[in-house]
Amino acid sequence: MTTLLLVPLVLPFLAPILARRTFDRLAPATALWVLTASALALAGACVAALGALVLTGLLKLPAFAALGELVHPLRTPSDYLVLPAAAAATGVLTLGAWTLVRSAFLQTRAFRTARTQADRRPAAGDLCVVDSPHPDAYALPGRPHRIVVTTAMLRSLGPDEREALFAHERAHNRAGHHYFLAAAELSAHCHPALRAVRDTIRLAAERTADEAAAGAIGDRRLIATAIARAALASHAARSARPDFAPAATTGPVPQRVTALLESSEGRSRPTRWTAFLLVACTVLSVAAGTTGVVAFHRQVEIAQGEEGP
Amino acid sequence: MTDERRPAGELEAAVMAVLLTAGVPLTPGRVQTGLGFGLARTTVTTILTRLHEKGVVSRERQGRGYAYSPVQDAPGLTARRMHTVLDRDADRETVLARFVAQLNPGDEEFLRRLLEGDER
Repeated sequence: MTTLLLVPLVLPFLAPILARRTFDRLAPATALWVLTASALALAGACVAALGALVLTGLLKLPAFAALGELVHPLRTPSDYLVLPAAAAATGVLTLGAWTLVRSAFLQTRAFRTARTQADRRPAAGDLCVVDSPHPDAYALPGRPHRIVVTTAMLRSLGPDEREALFAHERAHNRAGHHYFLAAAELSAHCHPALRAVRDTIRLAAERTADEAAAGAIGDRRLIATAIARAALASHAARSARPDFAPAATTGPVPQRVTALLESSEGRSRPTRWTAFLLVACTVLSVAAGTTGVVAFHRQVEIAQGEEGP
Repeated sequence: MTDERRPAGELEAAVMAVLLTAGVPLTPGRVQTGLGFGLARTTVTTILTRLHEKGVVSRERQGRGYAYSPVQDAPGLTARRMHTVLDRDADRETVLARFVAQLNPGDEEFLRRLLEGDER
């Protein structure tokens, strides 16, 4: 039982590599769905397994055993194994819950501020322009959807490129990408390995919006140059700050630009089975987690004297 | 996308972007040339009139027509403060999808080469 509960805790460590594979092999929009659903399922299985471990530990304590109306001691592997595992699980769950609440608070506050300010101004269509020397642009979901762009960003792009930027942000809003990003954030707080998956989900959301914008504008190269110019302008404005980003990997911006320049219209990539390794890993994790929790529940029932051993 | 069947909101946004980048008041004709796509001048005039009625742009007489400029008022300054708040929360882009992420060292070189190749 306890071994089964460890599976959902260990399998997510494979997820970052498999998520990359899924992202590389599938069309961006499909990849976004598969990645987000897998991340949520892996996170759910992980939390369920941690919860079961915590309960196992608690029911080992006489006070909680009495509270749980156990008439026999709970049958588990050695206490030397179960109690430290339960203590560790409690710590991990507490830490995850705390960072989740903190992140939710910060993001809700940022979102509310942005929303209030955007609603206060009379809008030109869906555009909300912020007077700022830092080039920045983002999609602001809500009713109605808005695109927030700084004056510096508008000035660093040509007329065509501005249209490309607007098309990109509108694609985010239209497809409801903020739900995917929120789900990715939620799962990232459940297991440390899922943080890397969150980054892949973010990249998949950007790639999906890029492709949608390319479809709307009808010019892949234009989207690519708009992204490149916007990134360079933002980078120049921020170069005063210390740069802690490691140089180990290529950043998301060149990946997006390269993808736009590479794949010409109608190019269909062969979907290889490795794209679904992540799904397989997720299914395995959920199955092991479910079996583990069910087995735990049965052990508790036996200890409560409801069923013969 | 050189048509006028685009939603009115998108057209307004495009016209506003032209006015904001210009820095000087623009006539409908100048706005028309500054757009990234083709749009009839009468349509541009209609959009500018609508924006003026909303109080988003101001206009002044210039020759036989008007020249338009964006209104930068107190709300505009509040918006700057909002941006500072957003900038501080490092991971806000998880819910608010940002157009471009931070560049890694080396990325800059790659993008510069791409843009230079484009202009040649």
